[in-house]
Amino acid sequence: MSPNRILWLVVKLVAALWMAAAGYVIFFIAPDESTMHAIQRIFYIHVSSAWTAGVGFFCVAVAGVLYLIKREPRYDWAGIAAAETSLAFTTVVLVTGPIWAKPIWGIWWTWDPRLTSTFVTWLMYVAYLLIRTLVDDKQRRAVLCAVYGIFAFVDVPLVFMTIRWWRGQHPSPVLAGAQPGSGLDPTMKGVLFFTWGATLVLFAVLMRARFRLEAIRGETEELRQQVEDLPGAPASSRPLVGSHG
Amino acid sequence: MAAQTQTVREQSVTSVEAAPSLWPGLWAIFVKEVRTELRTRELLVTTAVFALTVVFMFSFSFDPASEESRHIGPGLLWIAFLFAGTLMLEPAFLREQSNDTLAALRLAPIAPSAILLGKTLANFLFLSITEALLIPVFVVFYNVSVVSVIPGLALVCLLGTLGIVIPGTLFSAVTAHARMREMLLPLLLLPVLTPILIAATEATASLLSDPPEWPSMGLKLLAGADIIFLTAAYFLFDSLLEE
Repeated sequence: MSPNRILWLVVKLVAALWMAAAGYVIFFIAPDESTMHAIQRIFYIHVSSAWTAGVGFFCVAVAGVLYLIKREPRYDWAGIAAAETSLAFTTVVLVTGPIWAKPIWGIWWTWDPRLTSTFVTWLMYVAYLLIRTLVDDKQRRAVLCAVYGIFAFVDVPLVFMTIRWWRGQHPSPVLAGAQPGSGLDPTMKGVLFFTWGATLVLFAVLMRARFRLEAIRGETEELRQQVEDLPGAPASSRPLVGSHG
Repeated sequence: MAAQTQTVREQSVTSVEAAPSLWPGLWAIFVKEVRTELRTRELLVTTAVFALTVVFMFSFSFDPASEESRHIGPGLLWIAFLFAGTLMLEPAFLREQSNDTLAALRLAPIAPSAILLGKTLANFLFLSITEALLIPVFVVFYNVSVVSVIPGLALVCLLGTLGIVIPGTLFSAVTAHARMREMLLPLLLLPVLTPILIAATEATASLLSDPPEWPSMGLKLLAGADIIFLTAAYFLFDSLLEE
C-alpha cells in the first residue's frame, strides 16, 4: 500500500468516527432549545451542510480558474468532484430545511431570500452536472464547466442581494426570530463547529472518491483511444465520427 | 513625404501585430452579424412572433384588466423578453457551425474577445428591436400607460437587455457543440439571470405604478449586475475560443 492510500484510509476512518461523534454530540450534549425543543437539533446538520456546500462551490470556481489557466484535466476532475459533492450537501440543506420549517413556521417552504437563493444555486449546479452528460468533446466540456462554475459562483451573491432587496419590500411574517443565530448558546456553538468539522472531512472523502472515479474514467478513455489507434484494430470498434461537431 | 507615410504604415502594422485591437474587430463582427440578419430577417421575425405569442397566451392566465395588469404585467413582459432572448441567442454561434466559419473568424487578426463582444452587441440590438416592437403591443393588450415614463422604461430595457445578452452570448458560444443544446442553453441561462429578472421586473413595476416612481434601486442593481457580468465575461471570453 502506498503511503497516500494509507493516509486516505485514515482520513476515511476519521470521517466515519467524527460523523458518529457529531451525531452523539448533537443528540446528547447539545442543550435543549427552549421553544423549539428536539426539532432544533436538525439545525446543526442543516447549517454545517450549508457552510460545507459553500466551501465546495468555492472549490468549483477555483478549479475552473485553474483549468482555464493550466488546461490540465485534473482541474476539470476536481471541479466536477467538488460540484457533485456540494450539490449533495445542498440537497441535504434543502431537505432538512422544510423538515424543520413545517413544525416551527407551520409551512414547508417560504420564498425567503435565503431559501430562494439556495434553491437557485441548486438549480445552477444541477445545470452544471447536465453539461457533463450533454457535451461529448472532453476539452469543450471542461471549458464550459469551468466557465459556468466561475460564472455561477459570481452570480450567487448577486442573486441573494436582489432577492433580499425584492422581498425586503414585502416582508413575510415568518422571518422574525426564525433563525436562532443571533444569541447562540456557547455549547450550541461548539456543537455546530464540531459538526461542521465532521461534514468538512466527509466532504473531503467524498470529493476525493469522486475525483478518483473521474481520473479512472479519463484514463480508461485514453487507453481505449490508444487501442483503437493501433494499426490492426478492427474498423467496427472505431466510434462513428460525425461530419463535425 | 512618401517615406513618412511608409514609416507610419509600418508602425501601424507593428502595433496591430503586437496586440490585435479590440474596437475595429468588434465593429466588423457587429456589422457582419447585422448584415447576415438583414439578408434573411428570420431571427428577428421568429423571435418577435414568439414573444408576441407568449404575451398573448399570458392573457388567459389572469384577468387582463387595468389594475391586475399593473401587478402582473411587468413580470409577464420580462418573462417574455427572457424567453425571447434565450431563443434568439441560440443561433448566434450555431450559424457559424454549418459552414465552419468560426474557424475563419478565429484566424482573423482580431482579438478573440472582439468576436464575442461583437456578437453580444448584435444580440443586444436584435433583442432591443424585439422589445421595442413588443412594448406597444403590451400597452394596447393590457391597458397600461407608458407615455410619461418612456425614458425610464428605455433605461430599464437597456440595462436589462444587456444583462440578458452578455451571459447569453457567452454560454451560447460553448453550448453550440452540446447535444440537446436547445434545452441546455435555457437551463444554464435562466437561473443565472434571476437577478436580472427580479430587478427589471421590480423596476418596471414601479415605473408603471400609479403615480410612477423612479426605480433608482432597481436601476442600480441592474447596472451592478451588468458590470459584474461584463467583467466576468470579458475575462472568460478569451479562453473560450482557444482550442
